[in-house]
Amino acid sequence: MVRSKITNTEHKINLYENVMQIVFFISALVSVMAVIAICLFLLLRGIPAIAEIGFMNFVFNEKWGPANVPASYGILSMIVGSMYVTAGAIVIGVPIGLLCAVFLAEFCPDNLYRIVKPAVNLLAGIPSIIYGFFGMEIVVPFVRESFGGNGFSILSASIILGIMILPTVISISESSIRAVPSSYAEGSLGLGATKEETVFRVVVPAAKSGVLTSIILGIGRAVGETMAVVMVAGNSVMPLNKIALLKPIRTLTTNIVTEMSYASGLHEASLIGTGVVLFVFIIILNTALSLLKSKSSRN
Amino acid sequence: MTERTQDEKYLKKRKAHSFALKALIWLCGILTVGILVYILLFILVRGIPNINMKFLFGQYDSETLSAFSSIIATIEIIVISLAAALPIGVFCAIYLTEYARRGNKAVKVIRLAVDTLAGIPSIVYGLFGMIFFVGILGFRTSVLSGICTVSIMILPVIISSSEEAIKAVPDMYREGSLGLGATRLRTVFKIVLPTAMPGILSGVILAIGRIVGESAALIFTSGTNVLKAPTLDLTASQRTLAIHMYMLAGEGLPHHRDMAFATGAILIIIVFAVNMAATKLASKIGREQ
Repeated sequence: MVRSKITNTEHKINLYENVMQIVFFISALVSVMAVIAICLFLLLRGIPAIAEIGFMNFVFNEKWGPANVPASYGILSMIVGSMYVTAGAIVIGVPIGLLCAVFLAEFCPDNLYRIVKPAVNLLAGIPSIIYGFFGMEIVVPFVRESFGGNGFSILSASIILGIMILPTVISISESSIRAVPSSYAEGSLGLGATKEETVFRVVVPAAKSGVLTSIILGIGRAVGETMAVVMVAGNSVMPLNKIALLKPIRTLTTNIVTEMSYASGLHEASLIGTGVVLFVFIIILNTALSLLKSKSSRN
Repeated sequence: MTERTQDEKYLKKRKAHSFALKALIWLCGILTVGILVYILLFILVRGIPNINMKFLFGQYDSETLSAFSSIIATIEIIVISLAAALPIGVFCAIYLTEYARRGNKAVKVIRLAVDTLAGIPSIVYGLFGMIFFVGILGFRTSVLSGICTVSIMILPVIISSSEEAIKAVPDMYREGSLGLGATRLRTVFKIVLPTAMPGILSGVILAIGRIVGESAALIFTSGTNVLKAPTLDLTASQRTLAIHMYMLAGEGLPHHRDMAFATGAILIIIVFAVNMAATKLASKIGREQ
């Protein structure tokens, strides 16, 4: 009698254990299902539009005129636009970010670190909309007055994106610089190199896979950024031969956000197609990232 | 003799070079903090004087441009999407750390999915939400659609911070509990999770920060609609604070611009508080171990 009671509660406990284990597993699968759903529905709505417009006519055509007769849906100018502002962000953000990471890892005194590190984290937490507004009010007038044009330009977008990728570049580079064994630096210092020479010739090269990771993540952030760019880039669709540093530009992301509110039919579907192209870029970056990860873990 | 002076010259050159590098490094450190301070002061100095009671809690009209309905919508979205994503995220982390066997194929797939979710830009989440929740599921442009979209978006943040926190719990604790005859599940809920709580909470705080600042994922899901007075009705379309700021900034009128500054100041104050809380928690975990 007593024994059967015990086995009964044991059964109950076992059942509970097993049920919860399944619940945990299903919760873990939610992310997988979410990724599948996002890919599926984006493709389901985007691919027919791309097929109807024609792949070449969509991706390699610089004429965007959904209101024209006949309408044209070429996004080449926006693909190039995204590449320009991203390259600009890298040119501005990576050198400053890398040097700031070196500063934090090697040169910053402890009491200052307690201020600078949280500041970098805060920079990561500031909403895109604030960056965009700051860009509109400060960077755009600055570019207009110092370099001419109307200020809404590739340059303004690059400056804002360069600032926005700083925290990504800084924190990942910093931790990979810190992970370099101190014996490397000691060896170099022992041979008579100065601290600065040691950092740039020995420590940073040893941390290069981490630095590269931070740059790829920065590219991902810059390519996908929408609201900050839409407020400073001017958003005009430029013919390829008219694209210039001080001229307005439209990127893949801003194409979606400026026209979606009033688009319908094939126009709307072509904007979703724009999202598909953006998504493909992100997948390529993610793949590069995981290749880099597996390579560095093998070493 | 000449050799020595040449050596000295070379050494001098190297020293000067190193000094220049050091100056450049310091400059970049100072520049980064300087940019942050500039942005914060720029928004706060122009924004805080424009914050008033009517703006915070009044009815929306072209005079007050009240953010009341946006504040309530933002809070709704934060609370409900966390209620949905937190258990799922924590359970996923428990599976990955406590239950899955090493080298399990499912784990690889799940990790890949979480990494992918973390890398997807907000605008793509917005498109997906618009197609799936607004369109296919028929939620229309509503706070509910916004909540669903954002819940998926914050999953990777919660999963990775929970996973790290659970991994940091010493095995000794688990062994003690199991040795005393507690089941695996009991060990997870009574020992592992309470110990990992500060880390999980810091993930929650990061997620709150992300939701507060989100705009691209919400503009086509919860919409840009502004109500005279806030409602808790989830089927209504309401804009959040960040979108309120975007719409005001886009008007180009001086009064709207002032109120955009005010909204920005509120956003910055929230983000600042959220970051401080996360840093405090993180340092607490660091001290305990």
